[in-house]
Amino acid sequence: MHIVVCIKQVPDSAQIRVHPVTNTIMRQGVPAIVNPYDLVALEEALRLKDRYQAHVTVLTMGPPQAETALRKALSFGADEAILLTDRAFAGADTLATSYALASAIRQIQKDMPVDLVFAGKQTIDGDTAQVGPGIAVRLGLQMLTYVCKIEALDLEQREITVQRRAEGGVQVLKTRLPALITVLEGINEMRFATMPDMFRAARHPLKVWDKDAAGIEDATRIGLKGSPTVVSKVFAPTPRTQKAEIVQTQSDQPRDQAATLLAKLFTKFPQLRAEIGRRAS
Amino acid sequence: MTEKFDAIVVGAGQAGNAAAYTMAKAGLKVLQIERGEYPGSKNVQGAILYADALEKIIPDFRDDAPLERHLIEQRVWILDDESYVGTTYRSNDFNKPPYNRYTIIRAQFDKWYSKKVQEAGALVICETTVTDLHMDGERVVGVKTDRTGGSVYADVVILADGVNSLLARKAGFHEELKPKDVALAVKEIHFLPESTIESRFNVSGNAGVVIEMAGKITQGMIGTGFLYTNKESLTIGVGCLLSDFKKQGIAPYALLEQMKAHPAIKPLIEGGEMKEYTAHLIPEGGYHAMPPLCGEGWMIAGDAGMFVNGVHREGSNLAMTTGQLAAETVIELKNENKPCTAKHLARYRAKLDASFVMKDLKKYKRLPEIFEKNHQFFTTYPELMNRAAHAMIAVDGVDKKSKERAIRRSFLNARSWKGLMGDAFKLWRAFE
Ligand SMILES: Cc1cc2nc3c(=O)[nH]c(=O)nc-3n(C[C@H](O)[C@H](O)[C@H](O)COP(=O)(O)OP(=O)(O)OC[C@H]3O[C@@H](n4cnc5c(N)ncnc54)[C@H](O)[C@@H]3O)c2cc1C
Repeated sequence: MHIVVCIKQVPDSAQIRVHPVTNTIMRQGVPAIVNPYDLVALEEALRLKDRYQAHVTVLTMGPPQAETALRKALSFGADEAILLTDRAFAGADTLATSYALASAIRQIQKDMPVDLVFAGKQTIDGDTAQVGPGIAVRLGLQMLTYVCKIEALDLEQREITVQRRAEGGVQVLKTRLPALITVLEGINEMRFATMPDMFRAARHPLKVWDKDAAGIEDATRIGLKGSPTVVSKVFAPTPRTQKAEIVQTQSDQPRDQAATLLAKLFTKFPQLRAEIGRRAS
Repeated sequence: MTEKFDAIVVGAGQAGNAAAYTMAKAGLKVLQIERGEYPGSKNVQGAILYADALEKIIPDFRDDAPLERHLIEQRVWILDDESYVGTTYRSNDFNKPPYNRYTIIRAQFDKWYSKKVQEAGALVICETTVTDLHMDGERVVGVKTDRTGGSVYADVVILADGVNSLLARKAGFHEELKPKDVALAVKEIHFLPESTIESRFNVSGNAGVVIEMAGKITQGMIGTGFLYTNKESLTIGVGCLLSDFKKQGIAPYALLEQMKAHPAIKPLIEGGEMKEYTAHLIPEGGYHAMPPLCGEGWMIAGDAGMFVNGVHREGSNLAMTTGQLAAETVIELKNENKPCTAKHLARYRAKLDASFVMKDLKKYKRLPEIFEKNHQFFTTYPELMNRAAHAMIAVDGVDKKSKERAIRRSFLNARSWKGLMGDAFKLWRAFE
C-alpha cells in the first residue's frame, strides 16, 4: 500500500501579531512549523503503515526552507519526501495549489500507485479546507473529509471504512480506494521520533521537484497566474467591548433557569419587554 | 545504536557552531545535538557580532549572513535619574568595509550558521536534549539523549551547552554556578520604521549605533544597560548580577521598565512596537570563576566555560574562538593519531592561554570582586558626575571657581579623600 501525505509549512499563528496601527501582519521572527492538522494526518498514515506495512510519501509545496517540515515528517517515520519548489509556484491560492499537488501525485503514481492521500483538515494560516478536496476532485479520488476514525481497511476488497464527524453526529462511511482523507484534530497524538529516526531523517536525500519535474502541464494554472483569489484587504476586527456574564440560578430546572435569565434580560434592557409585546401583537 | 563519531558537540549556539563547523570542514565525522526546535530558537535576541572571530572561521561570512547594521558609533552614558553624562566615539573608518562590528538577530543568525555547519558535513540533530554524558570510568565516551535509542558515542565530546552547563555540573567537572558569578539580563526588541531609526540615531544606509549605559538605571546593583539599532528594530536591555537582584528584591522587568522611562531613553524608543521579551543569564564571574576546561575525552567552550568579557560586553566572539580552538585541538590530535586523553587535550588550554581570550580574561580578573565590594561605582559616582556636569553647564550667576569648589566638596563629602584615592587605585588595578 502506498500513502501520500500532503503537508504544509506555516508560520506559527500563535505568534503572529497584527500591527495595531497599520493593520499589517507582522511575520518577522515568527517561527515556521508544520501545520498542526497535517501532523494528525501524518500520524494516522503512519499508524496504517505500522499495521499494513504501507509506504508513506510526504509531499509539500513551498519555499526551499520547507525542507525542515519534510525532515520532521521523515523523523516520525515517513519513507520518502518530495519538495515542490519553484518560483513559478509562488503566490498560489487553493485552486493553484491543489492543481500543483495533484500533478505531483500523478507523477508519484508513475513510480508506485497511490492508494490513499491524506491531508489535514485545513491550514492554520489559510483556514480554507479547500486543498484536500481540490486534489480529490482533480485525481478522481473518493473523498472523505473531517474523518475522526479509520475503522477498517480491507486491502483485498480495496475498501476503507471511516467515521466522519458531521453536524449533529457521526457518520460511518465506506468507500473504494483510492481515496483522499482529511482528518480532524485531536484524534491521535504524534509519536516521538527515536534517535535512529532522527539520524535517518537528517541524512535522507529529499526529492526536490520544480514545475517540470512535478509534471505541470499548464503553467498558467499554477502560482499567482493560476490564482483567481485576490486578498484585497487585511484587517483586524475591532475588539468587542461587551463582556459575557454568567447567570447563577438556585434551581436546576430549565424552566426556572429560563425565568431567571429572562428576568435579568428584562431588567437590563427595559425596552425589550415592550418591543417583544409590540411585535407579538 | 552503535554508530560512532569523531566528535559530538552539545549545543548549537555560537560556540557549538564554531566547533562543529571547523571540525566538519576538516573532514571529521561530527554530530551536533541541540535541544531547541531549531538552532537559535532558544535565543531570539538581537546582539552585537564581532566580525573578527567569525572571519577566522568563515572568511566570506559577509556574503550571505543575515546582518542588521554595521556599527559606526559607540556611546557610553553614565546616568542619573534625570540626566546622563557621556562620551561618543563615531568614526567614518567604521563606515568602510570590511566592517568590524554588526548588530544581528540571533534567531536568524544562528539558523544561517547552522546551515553552514550542515553544508560542511556535520550531522545536526535538533529538538533533542543531551541528558547525560556516557562515562567509561573517568573517561567521557559519548552522550545520552532524551530520545529512545538515544545513546551516541564519540572520541571526544565538546560541551558548548551555554551558561548553565548542566552536563558538566552533573558529571562533577565543576561546581554549582554562584549567583555572584552570573548576570541576569532582560531585553526587548522594539520595531520601528527604518527611516525613524535612521533619523533618530543620525545614521543612514546600514550604519548603526550602540549605547552602553551605567549608573542609576541599575538601582545600585552591579550591571549595565544597552541599546542597539537593528535594521528595523531596536534592542534594549539591562543586566545585573543575579546576587544583586536577589539581595535587592527587584524584578528584572521592572528594572527595564524604569530604564525605558528615563527621559533620555524614552524618546529613542517612542512609538516602537514591542515584539519580544527575553531573559537570559550571562556568566560574568571572570577568570577566577572558570571551571576546568578539559579532561578525559571532553572540552568546554563558550558560556559553559565562563568565557565572557563583561567589561566589553563580549561573549559571542569568545564563544566562537573557544569553539574553534577546541575543534582545532581535536583536528590536530586526529592528524597525529593521538587519543583525546586529558594529557593531549591540555593543548586546548595552551591555545586558549595564547589567544586574546585568556589574555583579556586575565587582565580583568580582579574586576568582578572589586565591583562586588564597591557598589559606589554604580551609585555614588554616577550621581556625583551628573551633578558636577549640571553645575558647570547651568548658567546661574555663580562663578566657576565657587562651582568647582562645591563639586570638589560634594565628592569629598560622599567619599572622603581616602575613599576617592582608594577607588581610583582600585579602578587602576582592575583595568591595569
Ligand atoms: C542579553 C544578552 C546580551 C548579550 N549581548 C551580547 C553581545 O552584544 N555581544 C556578544 O558578543 N555577546 C553577547 N552576549 C553573550 C552571548 O550571547 C553569549 O556569550 C554566547 O551566546 C555564548 O554562546 P554559547 O554557544 O556558549 O551559548 P549559547 O548561545 O547559549 O548556546 C548554547 C546552546 O546549547 C543548547 N543546549 C544547552 N543544553 C543542552 C543540552 N543538554 N542538550 C542539547 N542542547 C543544549 C542551548 O539550547 C543553546 O542553543 C549577550 C548575552 C545576553 C544574555
